[in-house]
Amino acid sequence: MKAFVIATLALFSSCSVSAAQADLIKQGEYLARAGDCVACHTAKGGKPFAGGLPMETPIGVIYSTNITPDKTGLGDYSFEDFDKAVRHGVAKSGSTLYPAMPYPSYARVSETDMQALYAYFMKGVEPVAQANQDSDIPWPLSMRWPLAAWRWMFAPEVADYQAPADADPVISRGAYLVEGLGHCGACHTPRALTMQEKALSAADGAAFLSGSAPLEGWIAKSLRGDHKDGLGSWSEEQLVQFLKTGRSDRSAVFGGMSDVVVHSMQYMSEDDLTAIARYLKSLPAVDPKDQPHQYDKQVAEALWKGDDSKPGAAVYIDNCAACHRTDGHGYTRVFPALAGNPVLQTADATSLINIVLKGGTLPATHAAPSTFTMPAFAWRLSDQEVADVVSFIRGSWGNQGAPVKAGEVADLRKSDQHSTSGDDLGQVTTSH
Amino acid sequence: MATIMKKVDAVIVGFGWTGAIMAKELTEAGLHVVALERGPMQDTYPDGNYPQVIDELTYSVRKKLFQDISKETVTIRHSVNDIALPNRQLGAFLPGNGVGGAGLHWSGVHFRVDPIELRMRSHYEERYGKNFIPKDMTIQDFGVSYEELEPFFDYAEKVFGTSGQAWTVKGQLVGEGKGGNPYAPDRSSHFPLESQKNTYSAQLFQKAAADVGYKPYNLPSANTSGPYTNPYGAQMGPCNFCGFCSGYVCYMYSKASPNVNILPALRQVPNFELRPNSHVLKVNLDSTKRKATGVTYIDAQGREIEQPADLVILGAFQFHNVRLMLLSGIGKPYDPITGEGVVGKNFAYQNMATIKAYFDKDVHTNNFIGAGGNGVAVDDFNADNFDHGPHGFVGGSPMWVNQAGSRPIAGTSNPPGTPAWGSAWKRATADYYTHQVSMDAHGAHQSYRGNYLDLDPVYRDAYGLPLLRMTFDWQENDIKMNRFMVEKMGKIAEAMNPKAIAVLGKKVGEHFNTASYQTTHLNGGAIMGTDPKTSALNRYLQCWDVHNVFVPGASAFPQGLGYNPTGLVAALTYWSARAIREQYLKNPGPLVQA
Repeated sequence: MKAFVIATLALFSSCSVSAAQADLIKQGEYLARAGDCVACHTAKGGKPFAGGLPMETPIGVIYSTNITPDKTGLGDYSFEDFDKAVRHGVAKSGSTLYPAMPYPSYARVSETDMQALYAYFMKGVEPVAQANQDSDIPWPLSMRWPLAAWRWMFAPEVADYQAPADADPVISRGAYLVEGLGHCGACHTPRALTMQEKALSAADGAAFLSGSAPLEGWIAKSLRGDHKDGLGSWSEEQLVQFLKTGRSDRSAVFGGMSDVVVHSMQYMSEDDLTAIARYLKSLPAVDPKDQPHQYDKQVAEALWKGDDSKPGAAVYIDNCAACHRTDGHGYTRVFPALAGNPVLQTADATSLINIVLKGGTLPATHAAPSTFTMPAFAWRLSDQEVADVVSFIRGSWGNQGAPVKAGEVADLRKSDQHSTSGDDLGQVTTSH
Repeated sequence: MATIMKKVDAVIVGFGWTGAIMAKELTEAGLHVVALERGPMQDTYPDGNYPQVIDELTYSVRKKLFQDISKETVTIRHSVNDIALPNRQLGAFLPGNGVGGAGLHWSGVHFRVDPIELRMRSHYEERYGKNFIPKDMTIQDFGVSYEELEPFFDYAEKVFGTSGQAWTVKGQLVGEGKGGNPYAPDRSSHFPLESQKNTYSAQLFQKAAADVGYKPYNLPSANTSGPYTNPYGAQMGPCNFCGFCSGYVCYMYSKASPNVNILPALRQVPNFELRPNSHVLKVNLDSTKRKATGVTYIDAQGREIEQPADLVILGAFQFHNVRLMLLSGIGKPYDPITGEGVVGKNFAYQNMATIKAYFDKDVHTNNFIGAGGNGVAVDDFNADNFDHGPHGFVGGSPMWVNQAGSRPIAGTSNPPGTPAWGSAWKRATADYYTHQVSMDAHGAHQSYRGNYLDLDPVYRDAYGLPLLRMTFDWQENDIKMNRFMVEKMGKIAEAMNPKAIAVLGKKVGEHFNTASYQTTHLNGGAIMGTDPKTSALNRYLQCWDVHNVFVPGASAFPQGLGYNPTGLVAALTYWSARAIREQYLKNPGPLVQA
C-alpha cells in the first residue's frame, strides 16, 4: 500500500530554486499569512490571490487585484514595483491605490520582509491568468488624482519600524506585526470623516485600536486596556489562545474576525502570537476611570428562584440560558461567558443585536477543529423581544452596556448588509 | 456502465461510529480514505438546531433520522416454516441513516463488556458443564479477551468523553461509596469525566436497590457531565438533561457522536473524503473471489459509480454489513438446516423487561428531565455474577433506572387498569405524568441455530437487489431469563413503596413482535471467532475468505451482551484498526492463519 504524501512543496520544486531561496519563499508565505493578503485578494470560490473580491467603499464598489505571478497579475513586477505598491500605495502604472489596500500600515514593514514577500509572490504562488476588474465608481469620483492627495496627506513615510531604544523586544515585535503587516487598525481603529485611521500606531494616541463604527454589521471592538469594552479583562495567554484557535476559556470569535483567525492568525508562531498579545496588553485604557468588572449575583439568584420578571429575563431563559447559563458564565471554551464580556458592553450594540438575529458559527481551526453554531433567532423573536434580551444581557451580572430599543433591532433586521460572520464556514447544506 | 473513480487506499462503507473510527485511524496511518454514506450530510448545525430539534412528532414519531424503508427494508418471519414479509414500519429496531448513522441518534449508554461474555461458551462449559447450554444455542467465544481490549476501551472512552465512576484503576479500589460498580473489570485509567448527576428517580432506585441488598452504581454515559476536549481536539458542551437524546441530534454538543467527536478532526486532514448520498450496492471481488477490488455505489444523481480501493471496510448497520457480504459473495452463507456456513449465522437481539412504579403526588420524579446514558444500575444479575445453576438459563441482565426524558406524545404512561382514552385517561395522566419511575432489565440475548439472516427469495429493494430476510423468534431460554429478571427487579420496585406497579415482561410462548421497540441492539450475522468453519471474521474483524475486507460493528458479536453494545463496538473497531495499522499494512494478507 503506497504511503500518502502531502505535496506542499511541489510548487517550489518545479521552479528549481536554491535552498536559501526556498527558505525566503517560506518566510514570505508566513508573512503573507500575517498580512492576511489572501482574505482580500481572493474572490469567493476563486483561485487564491487572483483577486476579484468586490469591496464596498463610500463611493462605489472596487475589486481587489490579481497578485499572482501571472502577467495579468504581478508577472512583470520588479521588486521596486512591488514595494512601491505595497508600502507606498502606488501602482506600477503610477496611479495611487485605493486605501482599501492598507499601505499606510504596510509602510512600516521592513525591507527584509518585503524581499521575502516578493520572493513568495513571484515564486511560491501559482500563477492565475485573470484580468483585473475596473471599479464600479462613476466619473468624476473615479478619477484617481484625489487619492494621491489623500496618500500625500495621510500615509506615513515608508521606513523600517524602529523600536524605542529601551523597548521590550517582545513588545516591539508585537508592535511591528500589529501596526504593520497585521494592519489591525484597518478595522479596529476609528476613522476620520476623510476615511483615514485616526491613529496608525500606539504613539499616535489613544484612538489607536480603540474600536470602530459597525463594519458589515459588526463592531471591531477596542483592543485597548479598558475592562468594560477593551481587552482589560483578558490575559496574554487567553489572547494567544483566542488568536490561535478562535476561542478562549470565556470567549469565541465571531463576525469579521472569524476569517482573520482562520486565514491568518492560526498560522502564526507561538512567539509571534505572544508578541502580538503582549503588545496589545501594553495599550492603556482609553477611559481614565476604567474599573475591572464587578460580578453582580442578583440576576443569577433571581433566575435560580424562578423570578423572570425583569424585562428580557424570560426570553433569556427560553433561548440563551441552556448554553450561557443563568449566571452568565457560560461553559469553559465551549459556550462563551456573557458576564463581563467586553464585546457585549460596547457603546454601540450592533454586534450583539446581530448575533442574536443571525447567529454565528465558531470556525474550525487546526488546533481546535470543532465548530459550534449559535442558532439564529430572527425567525422567532420580535424586535421588542430581541431588544429586551439584548438589554437584559448588557445590564446583567454586572455588565455596564446601555439598553437598546426595538427600533435599533428593526433597522438591523432590515439591513441586507453582507456579513462575514463566518456563517458560511464549516457548515453544510442538507437536502432534507 | 459504471463511472470508475480514482483508486484510493481504503474505502469505508457507512459513516457511523465504526466508519468514523476507521477513517480517523487509517488517515492517521497515512492512507487516502474515502467514506461512502448512504444518507445525507448531517451535523449538529443545522440538523440539531435549537429549538427545532426538540420536536417529538418529526423525530420520534415520524422517524426523521432513521432508514427510509420505502427504498430498502428487511423481511421478517419467526421460523423457517413461515413466509417472511417486508417490515413496512420501523418498530423493534431503528437503523440510522445519514452522516453519523445510529451514532447520531443513539442515547449514549457507554459500557465496556463483562469479560466472561467475550468467552461465553467456554465460561459456561467450565462453570456449569457442557450440557447446561441448550442444544440449539449456538453461543461462541469472541476470540479476543478483555485484557487485550482494555487499552481500546480506554481510548474509546476518551474519544467519546464518557462520564462515569471507576471501581478499580490498575487494581486500586477507587469507586467504593462513590457510585462505582463492584462487578466492573479493572481499568487502566479513570473515566475522562466524572459521573453525571443522578435524577431523583435514579436516586430512588439507588436507595431501594441497596435496601434489598443489591449494589447500585452510576451508569457510564457518553453524555458529558461537563465541557470536554477529546484526544482529537474535538470539543463537547455539557449535557443539560433536556431529555431529547435517543432519536435526536443533540443540540448541546454533549452526546458523543461521530459528527461531534471525530468528524471535526477528519475535516482538517487532506487525505480524507466523505461522500454522503452514496448507497453501496456491493463489494467487488477479483476473479479469485479472495480479494476485493473496491465497491460499487449509486450516487446522489442516481449514477452507478465504482470506487476501487486496496482495503474495504464494511461499517454499515449490523444487518447491512451482513447483507452486503451476502450480495457480494463474501463468505459462505449460513444454512440453519445443516448448521454449516457462516454469513447470517448467530443473529441475536436484546432480551428486555420493564417495570413501572407509580407514586402519589408527593413524589416528584419530573420525568421530562433526562439524559440518554444517565442513571443508576445494578449488575447483581448481569453476566455470570450469580449462580445460574439452579435457574437453568444462560445469560444475565443489568437493571436500571435510565431516565432519558419523557416526551409529551409517547411519554405518557398510566397505572394498569386506566382506560386508554377519555376523561379517566386524562385524569390519570395529570395525576401520574411526573410521579412515576420506569426501570429496565436490559438483558443479554443468546444466539440459536434457528435465528439467522439470509437473502429473501421474493422481495427486492429499490435497486432490484434481494432484501435481507430475518428469521427470528424468542426461545425458551429467553423467556426463562426474562421472567427471572422481572422477579428480581420487582423486589427493587416494591422497595420503593409505590401506589401501583406495571410489569412488561415476556410471557411463556410469546413470539417476537416487530412493532414493539425494546432496543435497536441487533447483533451477529458476520461474527468474529477463532475458526473459519464457525465464524465469518477472525479476531481482528478480518474476513477469513477475503483478506482485504474488514467488518467492524455489532454484526461481529456471536451473541448479544447484557450491556449496550456501543462501547464494545468502538473498542473492537480500534482493536481492528490497530491490527490493520501495525500488521496488515506491512504485510497485506490473512492476519490469522486458518
